[in-house]
Amino acid sequence: MTTITPQATKDAPPGQGAVGGSRTLLSFVGGQNLSLIGALAVVLALFGILNENYLSVSNMQVIAEAATITGLLAVVQTVVIICGGLDISVGSQVGVASVVSAMVFTSTGDNALLGVAVAVGVGVLVGVLNGLVIVYGRVNPTIATLAGLAAYKGLAQLLSDGRAQGYVLNDDIFVFLGRGKVAGIPAMVWILIAVAVAVHLLLTRTDIGRNIYAIGGNDTAARLAGININKYLVAVYALIGVVAAIAGILLTARTGSGQPTSGSEGLELKAITAAALGGCALRGGKGGIGGTLLAVALLGCLENGLTVEGINSFWQNVAQGALLVIAVVIQQRRSGERAVGLPT
Amino acid sequence: MSDTPVLALRGISKRFGAVQALTDVQLEIRPGEVVALVGDNGAGKSTLVKVIAGVGPADDGEIRWEGRQVQVHDPQDAQQLGIATVYQDLSLCENLDVVGNLYLGRELRRFGVLNEVGMERRSRELLDTLSIRIPSVRVPVASLSGGQRQTVAIARSLLGEPKVVILDEPTAALGVEQTAQVLDLVERLRERGLGVILISHNMADVKAVADRVAVLRLGRNNGVFDVRATSQEEIVAAITGATDNAVTRRQARSVEAGA
Repeated sequence: MTTITPQATKDAPPGQGAVGGSRTLLSFVGGQNLSLIGALAVVLALFGILNENYLSVSNMQVIAEAATITGLLAVVQTVVIICGGLDISVGSQVGVASVVSAMVFTSTGDNALLGVAVAVGVGVLVGVLNGLVIVYGRVNPTIATLAGLAAYKGLAQLLSDGRAQGYVLNDDIFVFLGRGKVAGIPAMVWILIAVAVAVHLLLTRTDIGRNIYAIGGNDTAARLAGININKYLVAVYALIGVVAAIAGILLTARTGSGQPTSGSEGLELKAITAAALGGCALRGGKGGIGGTLLAVALLGCLENGLTVEGINSFWQNVAQGALLVIAVVIQQRRSGERAVGLPT
Repeated sequence: MSDTPVLALRGISKRFGAVQALTDVQLEIRPGEVVALVGDNGAGKSTLVKVIAGVGPADDGEIRWEGRQVQVHDPQDAQQLGIATVYQDLSLCENLDVVGNLYLGRELRRFGVLNEVGMERRSRELLDTLSIRIPSVRVPVASLSGGQRQTVAIARSLLGEPKVVILDEPTAALGVEQTAQVLDLVERLRERGLGVILISHNMADVKAVADRVAVLRLGRNNGVFDVRATSQEEIVAAITGATDNAVTRRQARSVEAGA
């Protein structure tokens, strides 16, 4: 599982130990990520040989834009999985936010900021509701968010009457979010980078992040150490709500209107697959943003390559399901879990 | 050893539904003293510990801290008084490293971010003063031995500068060598002037480090013994109830009054 190099820090004088420690950590994290980078290189090389346009700058931008929404969800999915939870309802939350942002925008006389703000507000409410149901309703996270997957999808369909709502590409803000570029990189990708960096710093540099890992590692120990676990869990689900809302707004900006299901269905599978491939242990306590983003890139490049090669999209679903199972099997093999009874 | 108890329990009673778990229990701990709390399964040791630690407050009775009556309603109350509890198997996050575990829930921060260097330096100092040997403070706890984990868990309880440390079965499931390490550490806690409540099933451990032995039987006090003046057989007899008659109860009372 983990490779430990006691020599690296044993003799280091006080004060320099942290440097040695982060080096140990880096070499450990690098092991997981190295295989992802290897797989990414294989995918890029394979499709690069098969199709000469695959590696072009414009196609890379297409991949990046397509992967952004998945990436945002995968980043927050990583956080909740580290806590030992799961959120299957993220795709439906994106649909709700997409519809809400477009409909508020249209009904308030094209006020884009208000549309964005209301969508984020609804995201917070949905996330907090998920957290409260799980923590105080004592509903298993998988079941609670499976219910959310259905309920929020229905909510988005009810709000929108089941069809695309509003038209937002007459507004500069939405046009910038969907089509704009800063320093040659799409605005959407910058938003993903900003969210990913913020969450990464939160997880690795603050006591909040340390406590999130502790809750996933041993929630009893965390509680006895005085950490308010309930508050953390509700806050993490609220964070998912906010980021899923941002993803929904980007979906609206990208497609030009509020989409209840199109473009958001199946995102939960992609987000969870990316987190698992990126090294998150589904029992909690382990994982990081770096690995998840690499896995998002890998999935994005694979999906785009299969599409460019004209492979039936039905096969892509098969490939995605298979990847998730393979990722988890590898995880469990590494942690040395014995094959007895139901997995933990 | 000072004469005023740092922690004194009087008349502690607790009931779970129809079960009377504790009846009129007394316990005193002085600074620099190791009190072993022994008793058979179901005697009420864990319940008493939970009362002291604030996890399961008593129905009746009083808790005196340095002579002053106090209320312990939740774990935070106990921590603020200076009572630290090390639970068996429950105190550490295996996925975090030693520093992360030592400072769990009370991380040092500088400019809003974790002060890793400061925490690591102080962790080394703490482990050094307790003569705890660990390959590196940056290894995940999952890779430490059972004895090392227990010493880390005990060291962790000391960061809050407690005056009383409760150790719940610290040597259960440990090997001979590892048990010795933990017992050494208990003696160092006593040298630092801490009051230690040691819960143990192992009479050899109790005889090795405890100053006094408080026996619980069926939720009641069944004598407090001076370890040096008492044989292992007498303690075992008190635990199993073989001595539970009027004569020994009278003796136990006089020992307790004289202690």
